[in-house]
Amino acid sequence: MIAEAKRAQSLSQETEASILSKIQLDRILLYVVVALGSFIFMFPFMWAFISSGKTVSEINIFPPTLWPKHPQFVKNYTQIFIEAPFLLWIKNSLVVTALNLSGTVISASIVAYSFARFKYPGRDILFFIMLSTMMIPSEVQLIPTYLIFHKLGWVNTIKPLWVPAWLGGGAFNIFLLRQFYMGIPLDLDESAEIDGAGPLRIFLTIILPLSKPVLGTVAALSFIGNWNNFMGPLIYLNDPEKLTVAVGLRVFSQGVTSSGMQAGLAPPQYNLVMAASIVVAAPCLILFFVAQRYFVQGIVTTGIKG
Amino acid sequence: MASSVTAEALSSEKRGMSARERRHTIYGYVFLSPWIVGFLAFTAVPIVASIVLSFTRYSVLRAPEFIGLRNWRHALLGGDYLMWPSIGRSFYYALISVPTGLVLSLLLAVLLNQNLRVTAMWRTFFFLPSLTPSVATAFVWRWLMNSEMGIFRMVFDAVGLPMPNWLGSTEWALPSLAIISLWGSVGGSGMIIFLAGLQDIPAELLEAAEIDGAGRWRKFRSITLPLLSPVIFFNLVMGIIGALRVFGLAFVATGGGPAHATYFISLHIYNTAFIYFDMGYAAAVSWILAAIVIALTILQFSLSERWVFYQGEVRG
Repeated sequence: MIAEAKRAQSLSQETEASILSKIQLDRILLYVVVALGSFIFMFPFMWAFISSGKTVSEINIFPPTLWPKHPQFVKNYTQIFIEAPFLLWIKNSLVVTALNLSGTVISASIVAYSFARFKYPGRDILFFIMLSTMMIPSEVQLIPTYLIFHKLGWVNTIKPLWVPAWLGGGAFNIFLLRQFYMGIPLDLDESAEIDGAGPLRIFLTIILPLSKPVLGTVAALSFIGNWNNFMGPLIYLNDPEKLTVAVGLRVFSQGVTSSGMQAGLAPPQYNLVMAASIVVAAPCLILFFVAQRYFVQGIVTTGIKG
Repeated sequence: MASSVTAEALSSEKRGMSARERRHTIYGYVFLSPWIVGFLAFTAVPIVASIVLSFTRYSVLRAPEFIGLRNWRHALLGGDYLMWPSIGRSFYYALISVPTGLVLSLLLAVLLNQNLRVTAMWRTFFFLPSLTPSVATAFVWRWLMNSEMGIFRMVFDAVGLPMPNWLGSTEWALPSLAIISLWGSVGGSGMIIFLAGLQDIPAELLEAAEIDGAGRWRKFRSITLPLLSPVIFFNLVMGIIGALRVFGLAFVATGGGPAHATYFISLHIYNTAFIYFDMGYAAAVSWILAAIVIALTILQFSLSERWVFYQGEVRG
């Protein structure tokens, strides 16, 4: 009797132990797979960085060295700013991004306020129209919009890249903000109204302060969208000194110098192209570390509840 | 009660708008006005204009000339030998990149949903490529895939596999772009959305299934996948539309080459409009792309009713 119970106990302990080790093995395997995946995804960045510190002769040997033998990171990163007007291009990108981003945030939040908090004839139809514009691919608008800016004399200026943002700020952003505002209790507006606040006061003192997270999302996504925008600057900007970094990187890699600014020169070696690519990508990556939660929150709310 | 409401409604109708309604209408439209101007100037007018333009020959320098259906005939009836192949390539690209990306994103989300330590760190590793500007992505991968000195060649040599000429060969250029796009999208917003979807699945459901003896795969098949179907559907729609419109990556990485192997419809529109300044014809082609995208969106929404399951939905 007692022996049987003991045997049963030891049996259950045994299975417990084997289950435990199976779970542990699973965990270890899981971490190995995730770490391997991370390595694969981070490798292009690492390889670009390693390559950006090599000398011209070292970048041109095969098999490649896994770390520069004579590292010259500082020299290469200085070199790209000498060979091409990267400083100017970065400044241009910052100006375009700042003007577009502020327009997007300001106008989208005002328009969304109208959709969320006011009742007026035509509102629901207009809201539906706004949502349907998201379905139409922008290629259709591209050519006439270009012709409009051409007529206005705005081609080869940065205006086409930011002025439209001040007129609505994009259907997607309006929708996102409107959904958020709808979740703010109306009682707050009403009690402020009783205290004598007008609609603009309510917007500025109640709605906006409570919407900081979603405004952060709109701003973060807008920053990335502007910094990475390629087709816009490609179409609208001609003069090399007016380019943004995204287009500038391509021009640089095809062989253009700041002194001459004319094409036809030998394109730079890959060590410099990699250094330049890292410089162009860095602000987006840094922004992610600073504003991580805005990205994640924004994507989640738009994906699931949108 | 009901009659007093009706009476009130009637009396306010008689007076026209109440003061409150009028205030709402005025403020509502004032705050809406930026969008109305923007909608008219940058959406409504361009849409109408591009329809009109598609029936003209217009090179910007000279006034548009009405040519009837000639652009449309040229585009649709094979006069433009680049047109249909470029659409075919865009579809081929979507077909090989979107389903693979969807499966890998989901797999990754499932992995990252296992209560790992420092999930945020791992998530960041997979997410960062999606924030990288496409121009930088294109150059970094051109270097990785470089047929003479790229690190890929070293790996292929070490394993003993023949190294394809990636972006430089007509048969590999398009799959190469798909691979690059996977790097930039598998850990991106789609994966984050999957991850959030997975976290929304009630733990009781999974526990109940486990008590009933369901294994891991069975739980995934019968609970996770159906509950995740709205999210899968959303990512599928966004993925296909994005793939059909891909521009920057192809423009920089291959420029449409070699021998038009990666010449997508978006590149055709760009070249027609901004290299050859054939604005009328480019407008027609852009409408063909738009029609495909809109048709696909509608088709997917109607098909989704068959397989997408929404929580709380009662099915007969």
